[in-house]
Amino acid sequence: MNFTVVPTSNYLILAAALFCVGMLGVLVRRNALVVFMCIELMLNAANLTFLAFARERGDMVGHLGPFFIIAVAAAEAAVGLAIVISVFRNRGTVNIEEIQSMKH
Amino acid sequence: MNAEQVLFWVFSVGTIVSAGAVIFLRNPVASAMSLVACFFFLAGIYVLLWAHTIAVLQVLVYAGAIMVLFLFVIMLLSLTDTGPIAQLSPSRIAGAVATAALLAALVAVFRKLPAADTVTWASDAGRVATFGTIKQLGAIMYTQWLFPFEAVSLLLLVAIVGAVVVAKSRI
Repeated sequence: MNFTVVPTSNYLILAAALFCVGMLGVLVRRNALVVFMCIELMLNAANLTFLAFARERGDMVGHLGPFFIIAVAAAEAAVGLAIVISVFRNRGTVNIEEIQSMKH
Repeated sequence: MNAEQVLFWVFSVGTIVSAGAVIFLRNPVASAMSLVACFFFLAGIYVLLWAHTIAVLQVLVYAGAIMVLFLFVIMLLSLTDTGPIAQLSPSRIAGAVATAALLAALVAVFRKLPAADTVTWASDAGRVATFGTIKQLGAIMYTQWLFPFEAVSLLLLVAIVGAVVVAKSRI
């Protein structure tokens, strides 16, 4: 049997583009919630890379990585959003420009 | 072009456009909704990679649970975002340039990979039949990877307790 598929390198380029969109968002956006969403984008780019190599090698252990990343992303979102709520309660803003007491 | 290529292009353009909308839309609710769209397109990409179990998990956990949590917090804070979405400062310009350089470098590397358009292990019919099934995923997870699986469950418990402790003003 022979399967013709889209080459793995196309999936990797898509993952690279997705990671860079997320990285751009983390670096330029001011809203802490949007920065969190961009971190989720970067995690998904990592998932896509794992799955692309899993199919390339025919090894299903590559599906465990995305599974654990999804679980860790859920934990990260819960704690991160709790921190955002806490900061908003104390400062009245989620603008990361104005939250800089840990600078210097 | 066969069906898989057409679907790949549809899903990948959808993924990148909706990911771009996440960072270029001003309203956080609109950003969150386009992130949901991005996760659905990515689930389609995962199905093309023969990972339908992970695609289902992606829709259930990411597009379902995590994004509902995000929307909940956005509505709770009722943010009024005024001013430009990003102020032009030297560090931001440097960040954008670094991102573009990273993208160029990664694309240049990945284009050098051999563009094999066949699956090398396709002759192994047993592996093709079970690849990506939840049965196979469970078999690997509960034998080889049992300890990391249990560690993740502990991590989720710690995250739940931590989220309550951090977000609650007085316990």
